[in-house]
Formats: sequence, structure tokens, C-alpha cells
Amino acid sequence: MEFAELIKTPRADNVVLHRPFHLAVEGTLCLTGHHLIFSSRRKDNTEELWLLHSNIDSIEKRFVGSLGTIVIRCKDLRIIQLDIPGMEECLNIASSIEALSTLDSVTLMYPFFYRPMFEVLEDGWSSFLLEQEFELLSSVTNEWRLSCVNKEFSVCPSYPPLVIVPKSVDDEALRKVALFRQGSRFPVLSYYHKKNGMAMMRSSQPLTGTNGRRCKEDEKLVNATLRSGRRGFVIDTRPLTVAQQARAKGGGFEQEVHYPQWRRIHKYIERFNILQESFIKLVEACNDQSHNMDRWLSKLEASNWLTHIKELLTAACLAAQCIDREGASVLVHGSEGTDSTLQVTSLAQIILDPRCRTIRGFEALVVREWLQAGHPFQQRCAQSAYSNSKQKWEAPVFLLFLECVWQIHRQFPCSFEFNEHFLILLFEHAYASQFGTFLGNNESERAKLKLPQKTMSLWSWVNRPEELSRFQNPLYEANSLVIWPSVAPQSLQLWEGVFLRWNRTSRFLEEAEEERINIIKYNKELQAKVNALRRQLAELETDGQVQEDGP
Amino acid sequence: MSVLIQGRNAALRKAALLHGGEGNLTCQDFVGCYWSKAVAVPVHFSLAWGSAVPEQVKLLDRFSTSNKSLTGTLYLTATHLLFIDSSQRETWILHHHIAAVEKLPLTTSGCPLVIQCKNFRIVHFVVPRERDCHDIYNSLLQLSRTAKYEELYAFSYNPKQNESEQVKGWQLIDLAEEYKRMGVPNDYWQLSDANRDYKICETYPRELYVPRTASKPIIVGSSKFRSKGRFPVLSYYHKNKEAAICRCSQPLSGFSARCLEDEHMLQAISKANPSNRYMYVMDTRPKLNAMANRAAGKGYENEDNYSNIRFQFVGIENIHVMRSSLQKLLEVSGTRGLSVNDFLSGLENSGWLRHIKAVLDAAVFLAKAIAVESASVLVHCSDGWDRTSQVCSLGALLLDSYYRTIKGFMVLIEKDWISFGHKFSDRCCQLDGDPKEISPVFTQFLESVWNLTEQFPQAFEYNEAFLLQIHEHVHSCQFGNFLGNCQKEREELKLKEKTYSLWPFLLSEQKKYQNPLYNPDFSPELTLLEPNTVSFNFKFWRNMYHQFDRSMHPRQSVFNLIMNTSEQNKQLEEDIKELEAKIKQRNRRSDVVLVKEQERTADPAPVALKSPPCFQKEQPPMPVNDAVRTIEGSNTADNRYSELVSEFSKAEPAVVSLEYGVARMTC
Repeated sequence: MEFAELIKTPRADNVVLHRPFHLAVEGTLCLTGHHLIFSSRRKDNTEELWLLHSNIDSIEKRFVGSLGTIVIRCKDLRIIQLDIPGMEECLNIASSIEALSTLDSVTLMYPFFYRPMFEVLEDGWSSFLLEQEFELLSSVTNEWRLSCVNKEFSVCPSYPPLVIVPKSVDDEALRKVALFRQGSRFPVLSYYHKKNGMAMMRSSQPLTGTNGRRCKEDEKLVNATLRSGRRGFVIDTRPLTVAQQARAKGGGFEQEVHYPQWRRIHKYIERFNILQESFIKLVEACNDQSHNMDRWLSKLEASNWLTHIKELLTAACLAAQCIDREGASVLVHGSEGTDSTLQVTSLAQIILDPRCRTIRGFEALVVREWLQAGHPFQQRCAQSAYSNSKQKWEAPVFLLFLECVWQIHRQFPCSFEFNEHFLILLFEHAYASQFGTFLGNNESERAKLKLPQKTMSLWSWVNRPEELSRFQNPLYEANSLVIWPSVAPQSLQLWEGVFLRWNRTSRFLEEAEEERINIIKYNKELQAKVNALRRQLAELETDGQVQEDGP
Repeated sequence: MSVLIQGRNAALRKAALLHGGEGNLTCQDFVGCYWSKAVAVPVHFSLAWGSAVPEQVKLLDRFSTSNKSLTGTLYLTATHLLFIDSSQRETWILHHHIAAVEKLPLTTSGCPLVIQCKNFRIVHFVVPRERDCHDIYNSLLQLSRTAKYEELYAFSYNPKQNESEQVKGWQLIDLAEEYKRMGVPNDYWQLSDANRDYKICETYPRELYVPRTASKPIIVGSSKFRSKGRFPVLSYYHKNKEAAICRCSQPLSGFSARCLEDEHMLQAISKANPSNRYMYVMDTRPKLNAMANRAAGKGYENEDNYSNIRFQFVGIENIHVMRSSLQKLLEVSGTRGLSVNDFLSGLENSGWLRHIKAVLDAAVFLAKAIAVESASVLVHCSDGWDRTSQVCSLGALLLDSYYRTIKGFMVLIEKDWISFGHKFSDRCCQLDGDPKEISPVFTQFLESVWNLTEQFPQAFEYNEAFLLQIHEHVHSCQFGNFLGNCQKEREELKLKEKTYSLWPFLLSEQKKYQNPLYNPDFSPELTLLEPNTVSFNFKFWRNMYHQFDRSMHPRQSVFNLIMNTSEQNKQLEEDIKELEAKIKQRNRRSDVVLVKEQERTADPAPVALKSPPCFQKEQPPMPVNDAVRTIEGSNTADNRYSELVSEFSKAEPAVVSLEYGVARMTC
């Protein structure tokens, strides 16, 4: 298909761009296959705005006489307005944008056309391989093995080809367990706590059904992670009633009789449409500047967003607590094991594992616990908070995870190698990107789309030194401890960097941040200088001594 | 008795020294030191002495769900309640800070005693024996209620200064100097001696600035037409715009009364501004309240009677609404196991942030009238000492960057709050009095300033700790500044002779209060600071209302880190200078050595040039950095996610922070 067919009017002049907190600018609007480009060439100021069509969440057109206005709401939550003279131009442009921003086929997306202007130092597609992860693991324990039972995605379509499982369980058993778990997502290792050898596994719900089906291999697999005489915890992200109801549909939960060494904790985490609605309500509240205090607070409350944050953090802390404080192994699952399960396991690792708080480690975590673990990014991030259509697959599951990381970051600002911008970057790229990293719903789909061959990885770009420097936290000092965040409502904050980003001028805050960085930088310079001078002085002294004591 | 005490316990000895001054420990300074058989009979009041020492007292964590606690011993000094836990950590609570003591129903582990402080600390003790608990309860009730000013801490507090230092301390803030800085007296404004003997208005200071054209009869007439005699006077003068902020109380207008002198007074104010002859009259009350006041013969200005005024209501609620609002806020924030939605709806229902926004909105209105329209503004509420003080001082803070410096902020408080008779004693309940007079008006002012510092992180020389420390001392009654309700009362109490001023004390530890991000060029003098008062910019002030609840705060503080780094940078700069000087010296010396070498070949006599090396070799590069970055893993039990698993209630060693507040304020 040619994009030109969709572009009815490729260019319009005398268009006026309105953005909050910026003066309106007049310029030229151009449409290309993947971008909306606005450029103004005034004498004093040349400005260009490049907007990916895939970043556009919804558009709205209005007319006053022959002057048309298009309001574009983006997935990164920004809102811009374009005044376009001429009704026909305006209609053409609006319908072009609409068509281009809702392309059906993944292979028409920009990542398949994007050619990087930078030199690729390291191919991000092979930066984070499970083999490397396993190598690290085998240096501390030999209780686990790398299984390629899922080669060709034959056992579980949403799992990667390689998984880490207990050594004592063979591939044959894994195949049987796969039949006992929804979507074949059998329990696999998510995290190994070196400090005490405890493991966190994740899976989907067991298919016990109403008649209490059991699977000996599943029990064996799950028990293989326990030390003798020790108990484990199953953290079920559904409330008990929902888990019980799931039995009617063939699902269910681990029953005490069959898993006597395990204790089940139901820690409810909201999912899908409820999260999406919450997201929409929060963004709505943040976008209305005219709210008085009572209205703002009640809207914030009604959105329930911070409640979800608190619940999620609590669940993650609980999992981490079981592992670190109780010395118990943990199995986490909800129903499918592709959303709330991953939120819990990945956040627990942020709390427990200092490596996940480095840039590289965090990238590895996102790859391992989200991309490879089969979080359906394409479905979840198809639309953002301005979507009109009520499709049921969208949900800000990944955004919630990022925000929880941000909340922990706020409480331990020196323990993370990356800064807030890094988290915002991931949010943006999960929703719209020139890179192929977040395309597809799982590894199997990515392989079919040949993404590693046909698109560029986000990590190839972000891990270049010049980009990395923007995402480094100047306050970072490696902290090997477990970091327990406070989940009291007084300790949680609205993520202004995402939700108020376009709704206020943050110049003063940014300048202050710069000043903070300068103070730290200056400190390093001074330290270096002091040390150099001391060395110089010491040398002078020894020289002096030699001269004085010399023959 | 004193010897007996001194020998007993190091902490108590310290307590005695702190409050009694060195070497003169007497019974008066140190009353009924602790519940022990061995201690002599108390002097000032009768305490019911228990027969046993209240040891094994538990201090519970306010928010922990796991019932963890610290065990220790309670002591009572003349000024403080002291808790020393088993690891010798001390928690000091000033009696004046105690807002309420409550004895809860007996439990199996003992008798719970909850103490609420004015600095928002809440401590929850469990005393094993009910009898002891009852004794402590009664003692604290007596000790926290003071009937006479002379019994307040400030009158016994002795920071080891001599008389001239004391006098100098009181002279640190000179309001006459401040008016001079603003540019008055000048062609339009002059110092009036009308109130020199507090004859016209008891709650105003002696020195008042009024328009030159306002003659004494006008002043006297106007004062008779204003509630409590508080006639319009100058609060701030903006030299560039030649506009003034004036303040007064409500007119006694009733439904139709007029007063020519008062009308002349307002005319004089508007004429004193050559740039704009219109002036604003801001009534900071809600319109309904002002109208209700008319029935009592008070009210507001009728625009028809005054020429060239624009009248405006701004709707800040009265002290009673504010008091109950804070009460509601504290109830919500003090709830254990609070959900996010209960917190947010509680925050909304308390109305607290709404009130803060209203105050700041009013200040923005005032500042814009001056800076944008060059119009003078007359501000009043009912009596003109609560809302008026808030709005005038915040308005000036937005207009004049001087008030954003440490010294300037002290001046601002002295001027608009202390000298103009904000009733600190009544509002902060310094003496046992009418509970209906208590109101967090000054706290709201500090919170508004804090909100501004959040929006303009580089505009203020002072930091949050400065605001918190001032709040601490407004209630501590340790210094004389905030005692009493007005200047006249303070003079009668001879505070300048008998007590010390807070400001030199704060200046002496200025380092702690400096904002490392402060940029003096942020806003050139007299440019308006324009905050955005959209609702989402107002946040719950956690560091104020949970100052002592350690588990609520970030475990690593960017602020502290930047503070220390910036402090360290100064030190490093010094070091570099020193090192460079030494290297220079060395180089010169080695030149000398070379010359001597040459001489030495001729003369083999030993040279007396062997000075010891001026620098020890390779000192480790500043250990400070490690200390700065104390990284904590924190504690699961501090948080609230353990309730799900009952087996998780392992006892964790608890920590009580003494970083801010009580411990520090006693030094």
C-alpha cells in the first residue's frame, strides 16, 4: 500500500499551532507517511514539530466559518491544536491523519521504515539474552537449568524459546505442566535471591476446574523450589472470590490439600478496563485547569489511580517480604500471568535486586519480565488516555509499573542509576516509537515479524554513551540493600512528569534540577582537583626531601 | 538535691544544664526530676509520686501495624518530658508543645497515654502501671497549662549570653531601618507619633507610617470608626510603583454609618500614590461574613461613600473555620492504615488546601494590583490581625525579593505579624485560655510560603527547615519574640530584658537554613513572583504534618544530599586555595634549596632548612561523601503491607528520629 493514497493534502500553509504555555506559531504543515511535520520559519525563531502518526491517540475537528481547527491528542498525553484555513484542506488533513494514525498492519508501522542516523555500536536485539542471565545464575547455584522445551514456541506461544526451570524437572514434565496452566504458562523462574537462595516464580492460573483437577508434575515443579522443611507462598493477584469463580471456567488456584507446603495469599490487583478507565479519568482531571480545590481532589480520588499504585506497590512489597524476610520461595500468578503477575514480579525485583536499579539492569528487567515474558504490549498500548473507542484490550499496565518504579525512585533518589526521564522515555516508546522493541505481543510474534532483522532496537539507540548521559542520575550511589518503600498515601505522589508535563510551565523546576546537577558535578571536579593538588604537593615534598637529604 | 540528680543520669544532667544554665542547678530549674522514691519533693506544683519508677514504658510507633515499640524510661523535667529508650536514645518533648494529653482505656500491656503536640508530633506511650500513667497524665496536664507569662520557658531559658549580647540580639531586626529600606518616610508618607503611647490603638506598634496629608484629627477620627481602633496604616511601600499596601480593621459602618475622617484617611492614601489615584480595598472575608457583621455595627466600606476606591471581597474563612479544618486534616493524616481514597477525600473534606489556596490567591491579587496597576491597596478583615497579616505579608513576599532572604523573612514576620499585633499568645495557646481563640493562621502563612518555595526552588535563600524551625519556636515559648499578643503587652512583660530573641539564634545556625539552590539573581529586586495557583500545584505538606513520622518520608533525601554537597564544595574550594598556596610556597622553597645546594658544595655545614613537611601525605579524599550518602534499606515493619500475613509480626528494631525539632530546639 502506498501512503500517498492516504494523504489527500500533503501540505498546508498559514497553519497556526497552539500549545499550552507557548505562544501560537504560524507555519507550514506537512504530512508524510509516518509524521506530521509543522515548521515555522520566522526570522527570530525557526521551529519544527515532528509528530509520529502512531503517537496520535485521537483527533477532533471543529469549524468556525471556513477556518478549521484540529485538536490532536497524543498518546504521550500532550494536546496540540492546529488552525487550518480552508474547510477542504482541513477536512482532508484530518481524515489523512485519522487514517495514518490507525493503520491496521504492524508492518506498515514506522519502525519498519526507520533508518537510523546514528552508528550502531551494539545491537540491542541481542543485548539481553537469557543465556547470559543463566550464566550469572549458574555461578551461584546449580539448582536450575536452561530448558529449550519451548523451541519454536511449540509448548507455550507467549513464552520465549528459552526458560529457566528447576533442574530436577525434565522437559517431558514441563509439557505436562503446560497443559495444566492457562495459556500453557507453566511456572518458570523469575528471580533468584542470592542472599538466601529463595526463588520467585511466575505462571498463569492452574486449570483445576470445578472438580479439583490436579497435576502431579505441577506439584513437583512448584515444590522443587522449596528447601526441605520450608514453606512457600503463592501470591494470587485475584481476590479469593474471583479465583473461586474462575474454577467454573476451568481455571482455579492451588488447593492446600495438593500443595500442603504452600500458603496462598490473595492480593487483589485491578486489571484491564478498570485500569484504563482510571487512566482516562486521571488525565481528564489533570487537564482541567479550572477545577477548584475540592473538585480537583475529588476527581483525583475518583480516578482511583493512586489506589492502584498503592495496591500494586503493596503486593510487590509483600512478595519481596516473603522472599527476603520470611526466607520463603514465592509463586506469583493471576489468571493469564501476563499483566498483574509481571507487575508484581518486576517490582519485587526492583526492591530486592540492586542490579535492577542500574540502567542496564533495568533494561534487562524490562526485556526479561515484560517483553520476553509475553506482556501483550501491542494490545495494551494500542490506545492511550484519549481513546474514544472502547476496545477491551487496552490497559496502562506497563505505565503503572513505571509509575511504581518512579514512586520508589522518589523515596530512594540515590539508589537508581537512571533518572525520571528514562522512565518517561520507556512510557513514550511503549506507546509510539521509531524502534521495533515494543511491537508485537510476545516473542513468537516478534520472531514472525522478523523484528530483529527489519527494525532497530530501542536499546541500540539508548545505550550509546551520548544518549545514556541524558538518563543518568547524578545522585546515584550503588546501594546493595533491599529498599522498602513506604506505601502510606501521604508518601505517594502524582507523577507530575507524566501527568502534568504538558499542563504547566516547569521552567523553574527544570532550572533547579540543573542547578542540583551542577552542584554535584562541581563537587566531583573539586574533589579531583584537591586530589591532584595533594599528589603534586606530596611529590614536591618527596623531591624536596631527596634534594635536601641527597648527597 | 541537685547533686543527687547530677550523679544519677547523664541525660538528666544534660537536661539540667540545658535549662538551668551551667553550674546553677537549683530546685527551681529542675523540678520533680523523675518518678523515683529517692527524689525530693517537687517545688512548683504537687505531683502525685508513684512508688516506682515508670520504667518499661513503651513508645509505640504511630503508624506501624505490627505493634512494635521501644521500651524505656520516662522522666519529667521542669520544661520537658523525656523518654530514654533501652539503647539510650532520647525523645524530648517540651511541655509548651503539648496540645493535648489523653489517657486511653487500660489494655493488657498497660495504660496507653497519647500526647499530641503543637508541632504535630504525636507520641503514644504505654505505661505498665495505671497509677503511674495517671500521675504522668496529671503532671503533664498541669505542666502543659501555664497561667502566667512569667512561667513560660522563655523566662527561664538561658543560652549563656551576657547582657550586651542579649540587647544586641534584640536589636538585630530594626523596623525603622526596614521602612527606610522601603523608601519611607518620603514626600508622601511620614512617621506618625499618634500612637506613641499606645493611646489610639493598643494593639498597634508605637511607630506607624501614614500619608503626610493624614492629620492627627483624621487619624483619631478614623481610628474611632475602625474595630479595635486599628485605623489604616502603611504595611509595605513599593518604591518603583509608588504604591502602598496599607492595613486596618473593618469599619464600624453598620448598615449606614459614615465617618468623614475615615473617608479622608482613605483619600489620603490614594492621593499618596501619584501613579494611580484609584485604590483597592480588599476585604479578605467572605462576603456573607462581612454582611453579617453589619448587624453588629461593623461591616465593610460602602463604595459610594469613598471616592476612587474599588472594593473587593476575597473570601478567606475565619479563625474558627481554619481551626476545625486543621483538626479534620490531622484526624485524617493520623489514621492508621489509611487508604488513598480516604486520604484524598479527607484532604478534600478538611478544606485545608482550599484555604491555603484562598490565602495565596488573595496575596497574588494584592501583589498584581501593586505591580501591574501601580494601585495602592488597603487590606482588612475583621480585626485586621489574622487574614490581614497573612495577605499583607505574602503580598510583600511576592513583590520584594528581600523578604525571600533569611534576614528579610525575619523582618517580614517582625513587621506584619509581631508588630502589628497578630495574637500569637491566643492563637498558639501559650497560656491556658479560650480554646476558641486558637487558630493555625500563622501555620497557614508558613505553608503558603512553602508552596511558593516548591514552585520557585531558586527564589528563596531559606529552605523548608527554616520554616519548620520557626513554626517550632512560635509554639515553644523558648524565645521572647512570639510571646504575648501585641507590642504593648511585650513591653509590659519586659521581654527584651528577661528573654532572648529567636533571630540571632537562627542566624547563628544559618547554614542549616540555607537553600543550596538559591540564586540571588533569580528575580531582580522588586520584580513580581507570579505563582500558578491552579489546584494541582498545592500539595499536602508532609514534612510539616508528619515531621516526626519517619516511616512516611523518603529514605534518602535529595535535599540533604545537595545541602551537604554544596557545603562540602565550599570546604573544597578552601582546601584548593590552601593547597595551591602551599605548593607555591614549596616551589619557592625548592628554588631556595637549589641555591643552597650550590652553596653547600662550597660550604658543607648543615643547612637549617629542614622544616617539617607542611602536608601529611595523601590524605584520603574527604570522608564526608560517605557520610553524606548514608543509604538505608529501611525496614519492612515501618511500612504497612505486612497486615496480610500474620506470621510476619516479627519484632523489628524500631527507630525514632530525633533529627528535627525537639532535640534540636533545646540546644
